[in-house]
Amino acid sequence: MRLSPGPQRRGGVAGTPRAWLRVHGRLLASGFRRGAAYRGAALGGLVANVTFGFLKVSVLTAAVAAGGGELGGYDEAAIVAYAWLSQALLGSVNLFGRTDLADRIKDGSVAVDLLRPLDVQTATTAQEVGRALFQLLPRGLPIIVLGVLVGGMRLPTDPPTLALGLLSALLAVVLSYLLVYLVAASGFWTVETRGLQVLYMIVSGFLAGLFVPVTLFPSWLYALAVATPFPSLLQVPIDVISGRVDGAAALGAVGVQVAWVAAAFAVGHLMTRAGRRRLEVQGG
Amino acid sequence: MTTASGRTTTSAPAIEVEGLTRRFRVRSKGFARTEVTAVDDLTLTVGAGESVGYIGANGAGKSTTIKMLAGILVPSAGTVRTCGLEPVRQRRELARRLGVVFGQRSQLWWDLPLAESYRILAAVHSLTPQRERERTAELVERLELGGFLTTPVRQLSLGQRMRGEVAAALLHSPALLVLDEPTIGLDVLSKQRLREFLLAERAAHGTTLLLTTHDMGDVSRLCERVLLVDRGRLAYDGSLAGLSRTVGARRVLVVDLAVPAADLHGVPHAEHLDSEGGGLRQRLAFDDAATTAAAVLAAVSERVEVRDLSVEEPDVEDVVRRVYLSRGR
Repeated sequence: MRLSPGPQRRGGVAGTPRAWLRVHGRLLASGFRRGAAYRGAALGGLVANVTFGFLKVSVLTAAVAAGGGELGGYDEAAIVAYAWLSQALLGSVNLFGRTDLADRIKDGSVAVDLLRPLDVQTATTAQEVGRALFQLLPRGLPIIVLGVLVGGMRLPTDPPTLALGLLSALLAVVLSYLLVYLVAASGFWTVETRGLQVLYMIVSGFLAGLFVPVTLFPSWLYALAVATPFPSLLQVPIDVISGRVDGAAALGAVGVQVAWVAAAFAVGHLMTRAGRRRLEVQGG
Repeated sequence: MTTASGRTTTSAPAIEVEGLTRRFRVRSKGFARTEVTAVDDLTLTVGAGESVGYIGANGAGKSTTIKMLAGILVPSAGTVRTCGLEPVRQRRELARRLGVVFGQRSQLWWDLPLAESYRILAAVHSLTPQRERERTAELVERLELGGFLTTPVRQLSLGQRMRGEVAAALLHSPALLVLDEPTIGLDVLSKQRLREFLLAERAAHGTTLLLTTHDMGDVSRLCERVLLVDRGRLAYDGSLAGLSRTVGARRVLVVDLAVPAADLHGVPHAEHLDSEGGGLRQRLAFDDAATTAAAVLAAVSERVEVRDLSVEEPDVEDVVRRVYLSRGR
């Protein structure tokens, strides 16, 4: 039996950063294509997001009007931008708590993932993020265009703000899948994770600012929210993209996102290492 | 040791298992839990290049053993070395030398064209572009995948998908290939083609094969050695012929007669099993060690006119049942 991988492999580079990027790039692309395989579903998602977008705009603008044209720092233009941007991100940021991995642990297909020379956490996340990024095309962009054309949304156009906004949105997507991975990975111990998934769905959406901006929360709830990673999923990228937060404050907000990504990754890494030994692969 | 293909190997066995035990706690009534021993003090060695059938009834511990060999289940006791590695601790290194086909699980990307799975797996296993091209072309040709490479996996027939699965497990040229029920649900022709491919692959690359199956045809055509497991313990280790001799697994001669006849009792070394059509078709079991199909046929022909005949081989279930019976179950 050969003890080294041998010459048919790229001279011992398995495990180098370049090999890691190649594999995860391929997995990301495969996730993107998987998303593209179901265009009908993406269109259905778009219709739902647009419908709720109109509802959200009318409720939030009414609240701003009732507050005398200003509510917690939001005027009508700012709240309209908030409503449309949150709907645009909703197709890509996972606030539902559901991933394929949860099902794969439950039915035992995770065995196949563990039989590959890959880290389950990074491989899973790369594929899910790829699929989420595809959703920006049929669900994210049309809603932004609609918000600008029909809803009167104004967005900053200077390149540095745009670039930082895109980075913030990407970090929000990655963070959401690292968080959802934690929900699924708890299945290494419990097999069934639906209860935890429902809890995640309720808590994450609310604290991320899906219904009303986190900055409108009463101070005690605001303090609670910012102690969690959830505002980094919607509130932060929306603030950065819309230019409501700019300059050093925007850089700081993105820095907070990076810190949460690192923390979620570290916890998931430890859970994967411990959980793999607890796992009883289901099915014969 | 050097195999026919010129692949240099050391004398390290493909599989070394000693005192391997796995217990599960299962919920019985309410909160009460009982402990079940799925694999019980199993000790065995499979040499590099061997071809081994791992058989036993459902629940005998076959899949549990395979999961421990592959490093996806932690043993309760005992030691495992697969391809010279510790499976759980060195899971990723092992994954580069091991290929596994689960008959009931897919390792292909369900929503994507079949060819895309091979592109992803080539990256996963860090194949060079040249190696990726050569190996994919080889597998596509020998498993006849060319007709549906661009078809999404979810639209493949079972026979097509299983060939696709085998190619996926072999893309990185593993030293050890484990097949868990590879022919389950396949029609006769598909089984035949898959077996022929596996024989050719083994001849070309010296791949070690370990397969679990309920199909005696898989074992008799693919395996030089049989391991029979019963309640998590090794009940037999040796050749298939030896197993049939040990348990007296019998072949069955089926004769169609020109005219209905009385049950054919009293044929030397043969036992009348049953008759159909009022005696038009009769089945006689005989022991290979004591007689031959030709001798039984000759004895039958002396008494009645035979129009047609066939010989049934013993099946795994029959052999397993006999071993279990002989062990007092």
